[in-house]
Amino acid sequence: MPPVIDIQGISKTYKGGLQALKTVDLQIGKGEIFALLGPNGAGKTTLISIICGIVTPSTGTVIADGHDIQSDYRRARSRIGLVPQELTTDAFETVIATVTFSRGLFGKAPNPGFVEKVLRDLSLWEKRNDKIMTLSGGMKRRVMIAKALSHEPDILFLDEPTAGVDVELRRDMWELVRRLRESGVTIILTTHYIEEAEEMADRVGVILKGELILVEEKTALMKKLGKKTLTLNLQDPLASLPPELGEWDLTLRAEGNELEYVFDSNAERTGVPSLLRRLSDLGIAFKDLNTRQSSLEDIFVSLVHRDTGASVQGVGA
Amino acid sequence: MTFNGWGVWALYRFEMARFGRTIFGSLVTPVITTALYFVVFGSAIGSRMEEVGGVPYGAFIVPGLVMLSVFTQSIFNGSFGIYFPKFTGTIYEILSAPLSPLETVTAYVGAAASKSMLVGLVTLATAALFVPLQVQHPLAMLGFLLLISVTFSLFGFIIGLVSNSFEQLQFIPMLVVTPLTFLGGAFYSIDMLPAAWRTVTLFNPVVYLIDGFRWAFYGVSDVGVEISVAAMATFFLICLGVVGWMFKTGYRLKN
Repeated sequence: MPPVIDIQGISKTYKGGLQALKTVDLQIGKGEIFALLGPNGAGKTTLISIICGIVTPSTGTVIADGHDIQSDYRRARSRIGLVPQELTTDAFETVIATVTFSRGLFGKAPNPGFVEKVLRDLSLWEKRNDKIMTLSGGMKRRVMIAKALSHEPDILFLDEPTAGVDVELRRDMWELVRRLRESGVTIILTTHYIEEAEEMADRVGVILKGELILVEEKTALMKKLGKKTLTLNLQDPLASLPPELGEWDLTLRAEGNELEYVFDSNAERTGVPSLLRRLSDLGIAFKDLNTRQSSLEDIFVSLVHRDTGASVQGVGA
Repeated sequence: MTFNGWGVWALYRFEMARFGRTIFGSLVTPVITTALYFVVFGSAIGSRMEEVGGVPYGAFIVPGLVMLSVFTQSIFNGSFGIYFPKFTGTIYEILSAPLSPLETVTAYVGAAASKSMLVGLVTLATAALFVPLQVQHPLAMLGFLLLISVTFSLFGFIIGLVSNSFEQLQFIPMLVVTPLTFLGGAFYSIDMLPAAWRTVTLFNPVVYLIDGFRWAFYGVSDVGVEISVAAMATFFLICLGVVGWMFKTGYRLKN
């Protein structure tokens, strides 16, 4: 099956000379949820803006649902919905007016029934006659999503969709994204919350300094790069690590009450059984133990560290 | 989709809805302004003035007053319509919509021209309360009104595209268009000027617009109606060309 989005050799250098994107190639399958991760200024928003027609690329082509975004922009754009990062709304318009406007703008005939469905799905129906300026930030974010969905797009771009919204609303939006995917919509999201990508994405792309450094199935990525952490709650606290445990990469935490061991869960020998035996030999007893798989965030931070050698200040766009 | 009619209609209606929200101010202002002009120029000064080209002075200034309203409104509406989404960031939706540059301009300029024509007609109706009006060429009058509204809305659209602040948005209307209008024969016939100043005035494009519009009312013209029409058409084509180039290159629209 051909990809619903086919990006070939896209690059962008702004007039001032800033190279926001190096050569990017990426294919996204139909019905997929693709999460694009990267630190601030990595080029995520630039890439999305190029696909949506807001920024002109310096080189390369993008095919969206079989249509070139430049030579066949009408068909390409009519299939794409965009929820931008900024809460840019027409403050003096009512909710229903702005959503109806968006539907018309994208070439769709009026359909009050569909607009009502979108507003109800986003819990906006009761607010339909309210001016946008009177809404909270979270509700404005819902309005942005409603506008993007109003023309029934096949491809939806969510640029930091849950930035600044509360936990409950974030969960609602995740649920909405899942429902959209079930209806066949392809979703590409950038997010500040790695747990969001971990929760929803099928595949993850990491973009850094304008370069797509990794594209991988989320589960495969976590399996491949994932580390596990074994934590032992000791019976009696240790003042320091005994030299006999030097061959393991151990850390003493919680004032000597916890022993932490990070290991590669995919390695042939994890070192866990031998560690436990050595502890027994040394008479170090533990009352509890647990293991934790690395999160996508841990993986992302380690990737960025590896490529920049610097600390990550943020992971938003 | 070869023509996004729903898109053009949606954008046009959106712009007209903004006009609707401020309709009181939009229409009352020209009524009051026109009334004040007639109190000052029509009654206080006009009563002491002779006829101009066989037309009573009060009636003579009506086309100029209408043009003053139309220029101001067209430029304001045309520039504000495109500048405001740039300012608020909602321009992203216009740029990502399946609209051609021509469709976008049609919607914005169409709405701006509709508003300014309405204001122009309200100004005219107000003037009719103060002076007896005659329109010898009503179709030509409406044609001029339409052409000038569209042309200056296009001009305003260009100003809105290139402006980076509200100050810049007002710069050209305040410092260029208003003086040119006042010096363009809105309140006098250029034949009343000394020969040297008359020659200088002929370099003012507004002269041709007001003169052509006045001809539609009274059948009198300083420069000739054909030249007026040619000047309007030339200005219109220049504006259209500039807007087309801006959309094609993305100048001040896309990064």
